[in-house]
Amino acid sequence: MQMEWYLPVIWAAVIGIAVAMYVILDGFDLGIGILFPFARSERERDQMIGSIAPFWDGNETWLVLGGAGLLVAFPRAYAVLMPAVYLPVIVMLLALVLRGVAFEFRSVARTSKAWWNVAFAAGSALAGLCQGIVLGTLIVGIKVVDGAYAGGPFDWATPFSCLCGLGVVSGYGLLGATWLVVKTDGAVAERARRHATPLLLAVLGFMAVVSVWTPLAVPRIAARWFSLPNILFLWPVPLATALAAYGAWHWLRSGRELLPFVAAIALFGLGYLGLVISSFPYLVPPSLTIWQTAAAPPSQIFMLMGTLVLLPVILGYVVFVYWLFRGKVREGEGYH
Amino acid sequence: MDVDPVMLARLQFAFTIIFHIIFPSFTIGLSAYIATLSALRLMTGAERFQRLAAFWTKIFAVSFAMGVVSGVVLSYQLGTNWSRYSLAFGNVLGPLLGYEVLAAFFLEATFLGVLLFGAQRVPPWLHLVAAVAVATGTLISAFWILAANSWMQTPAGHEMRDGIAYPLDWLAIIFNPSFPYRLLHMVTAAYLTTATVVLGVGARYLLADTFVEDARTMVRMAVGLIAVMAPLQLLIGDQHGLNTLAHQPIKIAAMEAHWDGSKPGGLVLFAWPDEKAEMNRFEISIPHGASLVLTHDLNGLFPGLTSVPPADRPPVLPPFLAFRAMVGIGLVMIGGGLGGAVLWWRRKLFTARWYLWLAARGWWLGFVAVIAGWIVTETGRQPWVATHILRTADATSPVPAGSIAASLALFVLVYGIVFSMGIYYINRLIVNGPRGSAIAAPDAGMPSRPLSSVEQTGREFFRAG
Repeated sequence: MQMEWYLPVIWAAVIGIAVAMYVILDGFDLGIGILFPFARSERERDQMIGSIAPFWDGNETWLVLGGAGLLVAFPRAYAVLMPAVYLPVIVMLLALVLRGVAFEFRSVARTSKAWWNVAFAAGSALAGLCQGIVLGTLIVGIKVVDGAYAGGPFDWATPFSCLCGLGVVSGYGLLGATWLVVKTDGAVAERARRHATPLLLAVLGFMAVVSVWTPLAVPRIAARWFSLPNILFLWPVPLATALAAYGAWHWLRSGRELLPFVAAIALFGLGYLGLVISSFPYLVPPSLTIWQTAAAPPSQIFMLMGTLVLLPVILGYVVFVYWLFRGKVREGEGYH
Repeated sequence: MDVDPVMLARLQFAFTIIFHIIFPSFTIGLSAYIATLSALRLMTGAERFQRLAAFWTKIFAVSFAMGVVSGVVLSYQLGTNWSRYSLAFGNVLGPLLGYEVLAAFFLEATFLGVLLFGAQRVPPWLHLVAAVAVATGTLISAFWILAANSWMQTPAGHEMRDGIAYPLDWLAIIFNPSFPYRLLHMVTAAYLTTATVVLGVGARYLLADTFVEDARTMVRMAVGLIAVMAPLQLLIGDQHGLNTLAHQPIKIAAMEAHWDGSKPGGLVLFAWPDEKAEMNRFEISIPHGASLVLTHDLNGLFPGLTSVPPADRPPVLPPFLAFRAMVGIGLVMIGGGLGGAVLWWRRKLFTARWYLWLAARGWWLGFVAVIAGWIVTETGRQPWVATHILRTADATSPVPAGSIAASLALFVLVYGIVFSMGIYYINRLIVNGPRGSAIAAPDAGMPSRPLSSVEQTGREFFRAG
């Protein structure tokens, strides 16, 4: 019985980490796409793409791990969630297809290059928007009857989920802008620094709205945060969020390069933590918990053995590649 | 609306997975070829191996990108369109897919960055390591995904409780009866597909009298591989077929359009199977031929389609026709490989223009054979999504037909654009050819783009025009 309790908890942690890795890593490279329309010239766009070219493929693999991990560890949640957010997920995948091939296609295209720039920018923004919509749908809850999705094809289309979509887009924009501050210099880096502050304010605005809206709309979330003794343990979360926000704002002003990016990651991490606190242990709120949706223990153990060996190896070579391509990407380098 | 959501979901999956398999069939072999070229370059120091490796890496980058993005789609489609399948088999198939992601996808995706952009940043041996890591990643990926597919064909090592599969023995699940044959068959097919493309490109250059030294190396290496592997593939395919006869006899009956199991089967060269009348029209066959191939006995018997009720039969026409296309292409490849070897032996390989002409036009054969083979095995598995456990019709998601139709239309539109542009750009890379050290040396932080030299050609072309 013990095993059946802690295995799903371990797996929830593993998938939580995979999703967090995805949101942060693909977040900044989707953010580059979101900021693409603000670039002034093809050279600047090349510089922006150059800052993520060696990494984006690996970053996106965390999304595959999130999907496959859900199927491995919580097949019942995977089987309920995917039909519930069918259209946003399909649109997100197609947006990722277009922006993914744009990396290779835009540098060879001549007359059609502008189209691939559009595909890269629109695909990135649309993918972020859809991910936010999926998130918003999940937070509010999904209609489940007899262990299967029982809602309609457009249940996800609510003002709240669209708000979450815009929040994620601005958040990815913030991650992308602070990444450009780290990885580029010249006009691109300066503009990214200028854009980062309004993006930060937008993110904080969306976080505030979600923080007020969800406890008001969902009693379960209000009870989680504001009942005793929970509130005694949870009050540092909003405080830390405020500190991270202040750090990002301050370090953007004072000309620091790495710290705004770190603060943006911290902000994302804390927002994510807040959502986990709101929903745990529900994987499909408000009805299915991690224990109700878990795969058979032998399946979870078999995969966990591999994960414990392979995940550190993966993290090792991911770090190696980021280290290998360290340093700034300057305007006009490469591409000719 | 009167449209069947199951049929729409199947169409959508067929479309997205056929689109996807085109790229792995090419990149599994191409990554191994690039690793081989890089190793040869390190061992011999010959400049042409370096040029060829850089040239094919550019083409690999475009193909791999299309393979990756279309693969991400599949990992979510199992849930969006086949949620009851995911629920029933998550315990068994989930970990196989999970191992594919952890052991293969991260390896490929991460070292791809080093392979494409790291030439100036790492020593040659480490660049070779990256090439080998990518090639190994594609093979590990093939291992796990084919284990999962094979389990659906020939399930083993599990028990069913309340319609959900529970694992009993992981080794039996992974090494299920059809897996070793399918793995060997597919990997060999991938290498043959790549070799056919390499041969086609080399032949194209020789005919045009450009990049002659590099083209000769390509043609020699490709002919050598095809001459050995195409006949081997016939043997592997035959063994795979015998394995299928033992475990999925009705699939074999459909492939051979064999209706009546009480008589020996003829080797049907052509026919139009009529499922309603349960017979073949316009049949041309060699009497007792199929019995000889499948049972090694002229009068050997094997089950016919009528031995199971119509509801348990696969559609006959797709596996029947696709099987003939696959075998036909296989025989053409054997002819091409052995013919090339004979010409090589007679020192006419680079001058026999008729051979080069055919080779340059036959570059696509491997792709069609791979797709045909998958149509055989996947339609032949019907009406089951996992043989004798779950019917395809019971595996879908509770999603209305309208959603599936709309998303299918979007897939066709987006994939159509991506595919045609991808082919167009790859062709442009081929026209550009292996020129000098194609990857320009960046002086500082910027990774060089694999396609940058194409753009250059583009500009030259533009100026000229």
